[in-house]
Amino acid sequence: MSDPRNESKADFKARRGRNIALALGLVLFVILVFVVTIVRLGSNVANHSF
Amino acid sequence: MAMATAHPETRAAARWQDYFQLLKPRVMSLVVFTALTGLVCANQPINPILAGVAILCIAVGAGASGALNMWYDADIDAKMRRTRGRPVPSGKVQGADALALGVVLSLFSVMLMGMALNWLAAGLLAFTIAFYALVYTVWLKRSTAQNIVIGGLAGALPPVIGWAAASGSTPLNAWLLCAIIFFWTPPHFWALSLYTSEDYAKAGVPMMPVVAGAASTRRQILIYSLLVVPLCLAPAFTGLGGAAYLGVAAAGGLVFLLLAWRLFRSRAGERTGERNTDGLYDVRAGAKDARNLFAFSILYLALIFATLLAEHLMGAQPLEVLAR
Repeated sequence: MSDPRNESKADFKARRGRNIALALGLVLFVILVFVVTIVRLGSNVANHSF
Repeated sequence: MAMATAHPETRAAARWQDYFQLLKPRVMSLVVFTALTGLVCANQPINPILAGVAILCIAVGAGASGALNMWYDADIDAKMRRTRGRPVPSGKVQGADALALGVVLSLFSVMLMGMALNWLAAGLLAFTIAFYALVYTVWLKRSTAQNIVIGGLAGALPPVIGWAAASGSTPLNAWLLCAIIFFWTPPHFWALSLYTSEDYAKAGVPMMPVVAGAASTRRQILIYSLLVVPLCLAPAFTGLGGAAYLGVAAAGGLVFLLLAWRLFRSRAGERTGERNTDGLYDVRAGAKDARNLFAFSILYLALIFATLLAEHLMGAQPLEVLAR
């Protein structure tokens, strides 16, 4: 792993790209879990006999 | 074992695209396609969002097993022309990073599949990843010429996972789709290995042409082709495929058998003629027969699964119903 204090422009760009991709992946995962929860919760509530 | 071939001080920093390559996107796309076919063929009402999540989990799980494969096989990948540019052997990504990515994505995909869909599908996904990474990559690939025959099960399971995700069960028709891919794999990969066998020999991978010779491989390709074509017709008689499916599977099957027969009669994979011009021409001609079968096998599998998918999406009657 390169030292952020003396890395080249290309290394900086690559590191920023990796960080953005990781952040997007994590945000997508959180949204996915939220949506799945709502969908499953919704269908369970709809099927519940009150 | 995995090792990077480039020196760390000369290595360019990895880009996100290098990590994406670890997931073998081309293999992933085929897995997505067959899994989607299994999911749709289950004919069960499923929330489209959950269906999308199921396909995503299967795609990510397939990608994870690809990353684990690239971590473990970096040493042999570095010796083969076809694979030496992969992220780990080329030094773009550290082996440990590929391993970490594979493990993390495996856990995420299996857990999400279990929570969002059902644990049968999650269990099958976990089994598929473990089978590809441990049984095929670590054990079979380097030890037996039957590596891609047995290991082919990992590539054959996605339609069963898709079916299980949609319905919570795996009936015989789901396993029929699995059997089609399972028996399709040997002629497909051995046709490829007939014209890349020198690469495999250099890397010490006991592919069939390296161990048993080209003639035996061509004979086995023909035998597996004779098995897979009737299997591809079977869905038309088990309530899965309709008239269009039968037509596509039968016409494509005939071409498949013709190409397998031509390959059997050729000298593909043999080195005998490399010293003179005529011989060189023979080698090229043989390689062409192997390439033709390899390319058509991909088209054939894609066509029959696409036809099944289209029939089920359009609500076409299975042939079994039409015959009543």
